[in-house]
Amino acid sequence: MLELKNITKIFNAGTVNEKVALDNLSITLEDGDFVTVIGGNGAGKSTMLNAIAGTFPVDEGAITIDGTDITKLPEHKRAKFIGRVFQDPMTGTAADMWIEENMAIALRRGKSRGLGWAINEDDRKLYKSMLKRLDLGLEDRLSTKVGLLSGGQRQAITLLMASMNHPKLLLLDEHTAALDPKTAAKVLAITREIVEEEKLTTLMITHNMKDAIAHGNRLIMMNAGKIILDVKGEEKSKLTVEDLLKIFAKSGSDGAANDRMLLV
Amino acid sequence: MDFLNWLGAMPGAAAQGMIWGIMAIGVYITFKILDLADLTVDGSMVTGMATCAMLMAAGWNVWPAMLVAFIAGMLAGLVTGLFHTVMGIPAILSGILTQLILWSVNLKIMGKANQALPARNFDVLLTQLRKYEALVYLFLIVVVLIALLYWFFGTRYGMSIRATGCNEKMSRAQGINTNKNKVVGLALSNGIVAFAGSLLAQYSGKADISDGRGAIVIGLAAVIIGEAIVSRMGQNFVIRLIGVMLGGIVYYIVYQTVIFLGLDTDLLKMLSAIVVAIFLAVPNLKRTYFAKPVKRTKEAA
Repeated sequence: MLELKNITKIFNAGTVNEKVALDNLSITLEDGDFVTVIGGNGAGKSTMLNAIAGTFPVDEGAITIDGTDITKLPEHKRAKFIGRVFQDPMTGTAADMWIEENMAIALRRGKSRGLGWAINEDDRKLYKSMLKRLDLGLEDRLSTKVGLLSGGQRQAITLLMASMNHPKLLLLDEHTAALDPKTAAKVLAITREIVEEEKLTTLMITHNMKDAIAHGNRLIMMNAGKIILDVKGEEKSKLTVEDLLKIFAKSGSDGAANDRMLLV
Repeated sequence: MDFLNWLGAMPGAAAQGMIWGIMAIGVYITFKILDLADLTVDGSMVTGMATCAMLMAAGWNVWPAMLVAFIAGMLAGLVTGLFHTVMGIPAILSGILTQLILWSVNLKIMGKANQALPARNFDVLLTQLRKYEALVYLFLIVVVLIALLYWFFGTRYGMSIRATGCNEKMSRAQGINTNKNKVVGLALSNGIVAFAGSLLAQYSGKADISDGRGAIVIGLAAVIIGEAIVSRMGQNFVIRLIGVMLGGIVYYIVYQTVIFLGLDTDLLKMLSAIVVAIFLAVPNLKRTYFAKPVKRTKEAA
């Protein structure tokens, strides 16, 4: 499905600020894997997701999705395969555009756009039924500017948009971190529902160890640009927060559990 | 008597205002939709004037002459777009560079600093000698232009251009080639500006190398005034474009009025720039000095 092979990414190479963000990292995801990613600040979690999404080129290694080498593809071309939700709720949607316009843009991800009228009645019906599922009362507000919505509402819509057209890979970069706990729980529940229903192969970064254990079928822990733990299936379901903290402490150095990680 | 004189100048002011309003619609596309400040327009306005004047002087019919002016403007926008996207030059500097290139290009198009296009000798579409007729033509042109833009920005591709200006990161994540869209938007914008230039050359009966000086400021003024006029009438795209047109007309009526009041015309450009600066500062001033405490409401997710 998704294969990262010996990926290395160095920021500010050759300067005093040189930082090896991804260090010869390899991982293979199976179809339908729902992988949660944890690790301290600067462990390389977001860098890994951004490398997959094509926000920047990697220095070494190859990225393939379903046998297609996407290492050299620009970001907008990779979007054909990848749906993304960002940490900042403002990033995933266009604030000055209506809900239905945002959704119409997502509906054509990876397809040619052309000069056909962007939204017709059938589309509206589709958007309404999708929004209804969120149970946030957004289905009657198709022509509301997204900028007027709350962060949680925007993340929920971004999730819908990211999961349209059944992407081969869904990348969630701490997408609940900026939300209040109650809203975060709701968005996480919606995430789970969509991922399970659509059987999406998913990578989800979270700083919440409980969430990381409770969701998905596989968990990886990163430190200093490497994967230091990779557990799946039953082994994963038996994990506890204490286990993770122990492994974390053992990994030592800069990866020591910080305050934010302990907020479980 | 003075008042009657002033009144008599109004149709001319309205016609000029509409021509600059069309130009300002081009500015609207870059400044408001793409969120780019594009200074190419000072040059592409004259490119449109020069192209139209020279082609008509060479015996061309007015319609193909205007079409070629439009295409010439698009090429100018294309250059700015490539400077910005392929070469990574900041948008504002890209526009300035193209503007300077166009100064030479415009001189080469005309072979001199100006070209006369007297309505007596040429079959122009509109002229200041027949102001009411000019107003009718301009009105029809504006209706068609706004309808076309409404259609274009309502298509899937047009919507992706709007998204590009609104949120680039989101656009790329949704598979939109933001660089291409910026180039297309800049080309379309400058095409419209040059088209307005072709109208201005016909209306004023000449094209002059320095006619475009400060065009961006007039365009921005029209956009800003227009926004103030229609701000309470909703966010409909058509209403906004109509607002920009009205902005251009209001600008020229005020312009004519201050001339009638005996203001030193040397000061006009300075005053225009100051007015635009003040209006551009308003949102910032509001935030800094007149911010109302926001009532916090707990929103459900």
